[in-house]
Amino acid sequence: MSTSATDSAPREGRTAKAGYRGTKVRRQRVRAAWTYLTPMLVALALVAGWPLLRTFYLSLTDASLSDTAGAAFIGFENYLVYDDGAWYGLLTDPVWWNAVWNTVYFSVVSVSLEVVFGIVVALLLNAEFKGRMLVRAAVLIPWAIPTIVSAKMWAWMLNDQFGIINHLLMALGLIDAPLAWTADADLSMWAVIMVDVWKTIPFVALLVLAALQMLPKDCFEAAEVDGIHPVKVFFRVTLPLITPALLVAVIFRLLDALRVFDVIYVLTSNSTSTMTMSIYARQQLVEFQDVGYGSAASTMLFLIIALAVVVYLYLGRRQLGVDQ
Amino acid sequence: MNQYQLMKLAKRVGLYALIAVVMVYAIFPFYYAVITSLKPSSELFRVDFWLSSVDVSNYVQIFTQKSFVRAIFNSILISVSVVVIALLLGITASYALGRVRFRGRATVMLTILGVSMFPQVAVLSGLFEVIRALNLYNNPGGLILSYTIFTLPFTVWVLTTFMRQLPMELEEAAIMDGATPWVTITKVFLPLMWPAMATTGLLAFIAAWNEFLFALTFTLTDDQRTVPVAIALISGGSQHELPWGPIMAASVTVTVPLVILVMIFQRRIVSGLTAGAVKG
Repeated sequence: MSTSATDSAPREGRTAKAGYRGTKVRRQRVRAAWTYLTPMLVALALVAGWPLLRTFYLSLTDASLSDTAGAAFIGFENYLVYDDGAWYGLLTDPVWWNAVWNTVYFSVVSVSLEVVFGIVVALLLNAEFKGRMLVRAAVLIPWAIPTIVSAKMWAWMLNDQFGIINHLLMALGLIDAPLAWTADADLSMWAVIMVDVWKTIPFVALLVLAALQMLPKDCFEAAEVDGIHPVKVFFRVTLPLITPALLVAVIFRLLDALRVFDVIYVLTSNSTSTMTMSIYARQQLVEFQDVGYGSAASTMLFLIIALAVVVYLYLGRRQLGVDQ
Repeated sequence: MNQYQLMKLAKRVGLYALIAVVMVYAIFPFYYAVITSLKPSSELFRVDFWLSSVDVSNYVQIFTQKSFVRAIFNSILISVSVVVIALLLGITASYALGRVRFRGRATVMLTILGVSMFPQVAVLSGLFEVIRALNLYNNPGGLILSYTIFTLPFTVWVLTTFMRQLPMELEEAAIMDGATPWVTITKVFLPLMWPAMATTGLLAFIAAWNEFLFALTFTLTDDQRTVPVAIALISGGSQHELPWGPIMAASVTVTVPLVILVMIFQRRIVSGLTAGAVKG
């Protein structure tokens, strides 16, 4: 591309030199590119690459938090080991599988809800009405609020004795007695989902809105002239056209949901009914100081997410513009 | 009024009703937190939708608490440093990725994308070792270092998207004048990249300000905490004695600057978010 730069030069005298100059400039640019990439790559290697490799390695040792350097290599015993007639290890731990199930359940339910409501909000923001910019800004507020703060705000609203949600539900006659939203095993997962959905609808809505605004106007006008029902237009025209953007939003959200930590940690702390893989791994690592075992759980989580990333990259390669 | 007009009116009313519902849903929890924070503790446990009187004692209480003020200071220090580092490393890297065609570029891009999708827990034990080896445990430096894992890939990704959209002619002219890549970046691109840098910087700031897992794990003492951790760890005598007034005051305090920033830069944030997620 730099050759064409000199080729198209207005002064003719330069064209003779273009080939030589082009390659020299090109080589200089490629060298500069790698020079400029190096600091970033070194930083990423330090905070991501090396720690990840160490986590893999530590998962094969009996390391504890106070002493990671002197840990003994024990192979896959943290994952699965047969000893004295019984199987042990992470893969036989019912608490771990409960965490896996909770994570999957949380991810599927909240991402589904976020996508449905995100589309509704996006369609709404795409309609023309007075004060649209103001509404768009207001809708962004939940996204801007730190997760910890939103968890605390909702914990207060969901408070079993003094919470406004119970107050409202009782005033409307929907429940007779206050519900213990964050303590009751049957309700706490829904409380967590409620907060997560509230916080992330804006993100999905904005991505969908961006896709909606790039759609060609004329085919919608044509549909309106032909008197086709708006619902039909949505499912036959709009939805297929925004599917690429939707796919990206879904997988972004899914990856986020699979590693969820803070909202659950604050709202329900270490309760088993909402414990996710991240919560489980951190509990083993930090609270129980069992770095080997906790690293094994972290590694499993990483593998699950890596699988999702591979699927994502495969599906989203074109939309992401990596190929260009 | 004929039937057609009536239908149109009904649709209009329905639209505004739906918008009102969405607005209330989006804003109410924050509004309720503000109201709670401005109540005296005696009225805290009565559910009100409006504020009858303003009482700032909750705010006085948290701001006279040394550890909370310190936590705000830590959060500002860490977030600003993270933004500066991410932008410095990001702008040069995005020049390389956005403007130069070289072998291995797609691999680098995919690596960056992969890192941005890392589960933080997966690096927790390894990063813990690195931080301890660098003597940065229980130190803002440890958090600044660890936050690079999510701010840097994001910054590089978004800046690369912006960098690609700059016209080719600018760079061609610079090359014609014999400018080196460094001069091209600093003299030609940088002045044009300010809006994009403000956007990514702001998004990186928000991400760093809100981070919880690393801040919780890599700090030990109250005076090294960041505000999200400080708020999460405010506790009373028991589960039922949580000091909700001060908690809400602290929550509002850390959120108001963000909400104001988001309101001001709303358009930019939307374009930055979409550039980070979907190209184009």
